[in-house]
Amino acid sequence: MISALKDHRHESRMFRNRVVVAGGFVFLMVLLLVARMVDLQLFQHDHYTTLSDDNRVHTISLAPSRGRIYDRNGILLANNQTTFRLEITPNKVEDLENTLQRLQALIKVDDEDLERFHKEHRRSRRFKATPLRFSLNEEEVARFEVNRHQFPGVRIQDYQSRYYPLHTLSAHIIGYIGRINEQELQELDPTTYQATEHVGKTGIEHYYENILHGTPGVRQVESNVLGRVIRVLEETQPTHGDDIFLTIDSKLQAIAVEAMGSYRGATVAINPKSGEILSMVSKPSFNANLFVNGIGRKDYQQLRDSKERPLFNRFLRGQYPPGSTVKPLVALAGLELGHTHAEDKTWCPGWFRIKGYKHKYRDWKKRGHGKTNVEKAIVESCDVYFYDLAFEMGIDAFSQYMGQFGFGSRTGTDITGEQPGVLPSREWKKINREEPWYPGETLSVGIGQGFFTTTPLQLASAIATLANQGQRMQPHLLYATQGAGSETPQLQPYQPLNQLPILEQKNWDKVHDSMRRVVHSKRGTAKRIGRKSKYTIAGKTGTAQVYTVKQDEEYNEDEIPEHLRDHALFVAFAPLEDPEIAIAVIVENGGHGGSVAAPIAKKIMDRYLLESHTGTNG
Amino acid sequence: MSGIDQTKRRIPLSERIHIDLPLLTGLLILSLFGVLVIYSASGEDPAMLTRQVTRLSIAFGVLFIAAQVPPHWLKIITFWLFVVGLLMLIAVPIVGESHKGAQRWLNFGVVLIQPSEMMKLIIPMMVAAYLSEHTLPPAPKQQIAAALLIIIPVLLIAKQPDLGTSLLIASSGFFVLFLSGISWRIIGGLIISGASLLPILWLYLMKPYQKQRVLTFLNPESDPRGTGYHIIQSKIAIGSGGGFGKGWLNGTQSQLEFLPERHTDFIFAVLAEEFGLLGVLVLFTLYLFIIFRGLMIAAQAQETYTRLLAGGITMIFFTYFFVNVGMVSGLLPVVGLPLPMVSYGGTSMVTLMAAFGILMSIQTHRRLLDK
Repeated sequence: MISALKDHRHESRMFRNRVVVAGGFVFLMVLLLVARMVDLQLFQHDHYTTLSDDNRVHTISLAPSRGRIYDRNGILLANNQTTFRLEITPNKVEDLENTLQRLQALIKVDDEDLERFHKEHRRSRRFKATPLRFSLNEEEVARFEVNRHQFPGVRIQDYQSRYYPLHTLSAHIIGYIGRINEQELQELDPTTYQATEHVGKTGIEHYYENILHGTPGVRQVESNVLGRVIRVLEETQPTHGDDIFLTIDSKLQAIAVEAMGSYRGATVAINPKSGEILSMVSKPSFNANLFVNGIGRKDYQQLRDSKERPLFNRFLRGQYPPGSTVKPLVALAGLELGHTHAEDKTWCPGWFRIKGYKHKYRDWKKRGHGKTNVEKAIVESCDVYFYDLAFEMGIDAFSQYMGQFGFGSRTGTDITGEQPGVLPSREWKKINREEPWYPGETLSVGIGQGFFTTTPLQLASAIATLANQGQRMQPHLLYATQGAGSETPQLQPYQPLNQLPILEQKNWDKVHDSMRRVVHSKRGTAKRIGRKSKYTIAGKTGTAQVYTVKQDEEYNEDEIPEHLRDHALFVAFAPLEDPEIAIAVIVENGGHGGSVAAPIAKKIMDRYLLESHTGTNG
Repeated sequence: MSGIDQTKRRIPLSERIHIDLPLLTGLLILSLFGVLVIYSASGEDPAMLTRQVTRLSIAFGVLFIAAQVPPHWLKIITFWLFVVGLLMLIAVPIVGESHKGAQRWLNFGVVLIQPSEMMKLIIPMMVAAYLSEHTLPPAPKQQIAAALLIIIPVLLIAKQPDLGTSLLIASSGFFVLFLSGISWRIIGGLIISGASLLPILWLYLMKPYQKQRVLTFLNPESDPRGTGYHIIQSKIAIGSGGGFGKGWLNGTQSQLEFLPERHTDFIFAVLAEEFGLLGVLVLFTLYLFIIFRGLMIAAQAQETYTRLLAGGITMIFFTYFFVNVGMVSGLLPVVGLPLPMVSYGGTSMVTLMAAFGILMSIQTHRRLLDK
């Protein structure tokens, strides 16, 4: 009993010791946990706070609204329009197929829409709204809103869409925006364009993308593990892009288009004193609105395959032989370089032959012009005089002088994609044709044919330089910009380029006066527009061959198909005394410059000088 | 009559209904704290809150019932409980049901029973009952027998596979042995042999996913999207909580669902994120209070059986707590153990509360037996 009692007491003591040890062990282990917590929560707190914020805080870029485009008189050319689109949030819809079917009873959804929806639906997160139809009209919006309770997860969302209110008018100048493609995605600044869906593809929209785009805003949001936004932490509003005012006068554009009638071609009108492009038309045109939300396959094929080539920018990329329209400039070169004088006369029998060669270079006038001086050569557009002069001058002097007027090089105007045309020279031929220059080729070039090609813009720019007494001005379209928050547009200063050397003022006067006689004299090739003109016009007609007439053949307009007929050209500036407009008109397969192209130019000049004269910048 | 009256007056109501007030208070505060955190972790879901409160009520009911059972009754049925438990463990691989790749359940038609869960309590009871047949410390023969009582069910459970539970049970048995007064030399030997068992465990017993967990524990950043994700996000939650936390319902890691298993096994991370180190220390204090109260009950117990059982139960509770916090804070590999009394979920809570009921029974029946 005693030993049992002793054992019992011994056991109690031993057990209490063990309990104390266990308690100590527990305490130590809890201390270890405390140490771990202190390390994580105090010493490494900053590190883990950063990681935690990286987890939850995301920056969302807010797309700025794009700057608008106006013409010089404030007529809207490109606008941002609020339109409506139908969106479906997949995870809020119970039966997607059923919903789609019922929706189609209310709102027209075609196969292309469905195809795009399913494609996007598969790619995006289930709680992200996916657009089904764009550009809903008011009736469709109303019809859906009445029935919306039947369509949980479907909503109508307004969004900003680019809209070109004048549709086809000026489409080649303004260009259009379109959805950013893979290649552009690589090239665009990712921070600026993070939220932007569209980018300028052509024209002003492309060239002035930087001005028009604006500065994106930033929204800091907290999002959960699935990326769903929970709340907004901070927000900086985007700044809309600057509005752009173009030098273009839309009314002049409309007149030019109307004057062109059903002809294809291009007209360019420039203010010679400032280089402002007042009007620039390429016909036929296209509706830029088709491209904004992605042009449909059918529409695109139709535009692309049309024989009329509406997508082709003729004033910028069309390379036409200038024909006789260069004759005043060739004459100026001859006079200034001393190869001819105002009084010098050339006998024109209706053809020209280089000594020692058999080939006859014909004049357009079979009977010939007889004794011809420089004035008569311009007024009556005598080819033989210029064959002779060009041959006398030689190709080197010719291309050097003509080059000063900008032929053969891009004008550098503010639209991308400009073509340089061809100003032939020995080097040019060597590089491009790997052949030496033949003297006979100088003759064709001397009357603006042969290898010589120019864009309508180049031609107008050259005439503007001639009108402006050799002072070249940079042709341009940007008239003014108006940034966010500024009350008035900021006018763009003009850029004078170089002044061409004037050796003798009377040479320039002679050429100007001869051009006046083209329009205002009895024998002038464009006399029909001069007869009732209220202002003095200096002009020159031109006809550019598309179809080469063989030596023993005669050109008969009625016998050859329309698309091989000559291009009709006309260049002019007015008023002669103080030129305010310089113009180039090219009518494809139009026939004669005097009868087809000159009246078009006249209508444009009338409108500008007599009706809508808004004066020049500054 | 008056004598009886006097006796009744001396004994407070809590003891008459066999409730230990300090322990009950500790458990109540802890489970209320848990409810608070669960509400936040569930994204303020009232349904989840209701379910947890219901479960807690049931668990406290079980506690109350268990507290009424005198310890010597328990001792009588312990052997049979052990036999039944062991048979069920043997039956599991033959007729058991599998969930999530582990075969742990027996279907009795009405209820699914997880024998390993019951063994958490039965094994310390059995070891305590066996050792209490003799005075402490046990003789070598008894030590070996006790070790076998532990090892056989542990191996059966490890095979299911349920490594977390088997290690927990092994440690609970070990704590009972430790409290029984086996010599320090043997304890040292056990620890060494346990350590040398690890390679065998690794090579023969552990499933690939378990090995992966250990590897991930050693270097969580090696697999940040897979198994390492839990522990990385959990450490971010704890660390970003700082000294005072982000505030209740404001933990971004949990509210924005970066933290997986946030209302079950990883609830500690939610608590640490929203209440900071301060909340953590409060929680630790509550656990320490409960554990020390349990150890005190063990120390005051007057029979070998009740001593060992009370100590064993307390140490299981501690092990649960330590392993869970250790795993969530990246000190231990991830084994699927809940934070006792705080985590959402019922299976282990009932066992645990039954254990606390026994603890209370030990404490309150002691004085009645004194009479």
